[in-house]
Amino acid sequence: MPAVALLVFREVLEAALIISIICAATRGVPGRAARVVGGIGLGVAGALLIALGADFIAQLASGAGQDIFNAAVLLLAVLMIGWHVIWMSSHGRELAKHMSSVGSAVKQGSSSLNLLLTVVALAVLREGSEVVLFLFGMSASGISAVQMAGGIALGICGGAALGFALYLGLLHIPINYFFTVTNIMLVLLAAGLASTAAGYLVQSDLLPALGSQIWDTARLLSDDSALGKTLSVLIGYKSAPAGIQLAFYFTTLALLIAGMLWQQRNVMPTSRSSSAAGDTLPKAQP
Amino acid sequence: MKLFSVVAATIGATFVSVAVAADMPEFSLLIKNHVYQPSELKIPAGTKVKLHITNGDTTPEEFESTDFNRESLVLPNRSIVVFIGPLRAGTYGFFGDFHRDTAQGRLIVE
Repeated sequence: MPAVALLVFREVLEAALIISIICAATRGVPGRAARVVGGIGLGVAGALLIALGADFIAQLASGAGQDIFNAAVLLLAVLMIGWHVIWMSSHGRELAKHMSSVGSAVKQGSSSLNLLLTVVALAVLREGSEVVLFLFGMSASGISAVQMAGGIALGICGGAALGFALYLGLLHIPINYFFTVTNIMLVLLAAGLASTAAGYLVQSDLLPALGSQIWDTARLLSDDSALGKTLSVLIGYKSAPAGIQLAFYFTTLALLIAGMLWQQRNVMPTSRSSSAAGDTLPKAQP
Repeated sequence: MKLFSVVAATIGATFVSVAVAADMPEFSLLIKNHVYQPSELKIPAGTKVKLHITNGDTTPEEFESTDFNRESLVLPNRSIVVFIGPLRAGTYGFFGDFHRDTAQGRLIVE
């Protein structure tokens, strides 16, 4: 049971931290709970499908299928988070000012929010498919159903509790800065996911490492520890990153910050609030 | 929309295929009864190596190392390839994430 609980805990922790950041970032949105629960449900269903198709995926691209799939899921999440934070950078202040009348502003940006909630599904799918394969192996090795169920329950509760603690902590941030902080967290999360994606492509030799250990702090703070894992979600911490991972990290950071600043500069404080979400994205300018 | 095309293009442009050196050293690991064989693998320092990992068990395993930052599923009776390094000299741990109590190994880079 401890083995089951520990593995489930580690996987749930990562997904739970991502979900709690997204829950904070969508604070005040009507119908958010249903969307988050729906995202988790879709993620679980996706995890089962991915686990079933794991062998098929692994054979693709002459054996690199698994790494390409993981990288694609992560980069898709990065794009969705990027889209959302750039949209938010023009609407965040309105949201903070009118927390009570958030509904109408959010409706206009609902496509952006749906993207963000898809990130919930992707996070659950990625971590969940590993859990499913692990549990399949465990059940084949003759562990009792009680031990299995106990381990799963313990792992989920532990991971979810830490995610919930992060969420409650975030709620203490004063409302004036609230969406600024959640936006920064989303940007750092996206940068970390991009760096993880690069790692998958390096391990199947699809990208050059550009230096495989830029630094090595594995003995100081292992990626495997609860703190290391938490920091890896929150700020993209890696104990021994490849150069290309840093390149992905800082490129994502730079592009998203540039996009947010550009969007803030372009936005008209009041009149733009009636336009659709898609139109509030930066226009091409000569 | 434009911005995201730029983002996508920038990320896409970095997906250049990397020529694999013909003389890249290759090594093999076998997972049997949730144990790595051999449990100690010596590889040269400062060189990228190609590592074949075969799962001889009937249950899935995940080859993982937090020391040298690798993570890859190995399904039952399947082999995978993981490229490692170039690493600095030293001893690095790896393990099987699904059977941590038994599946432990060390990569000795010298």
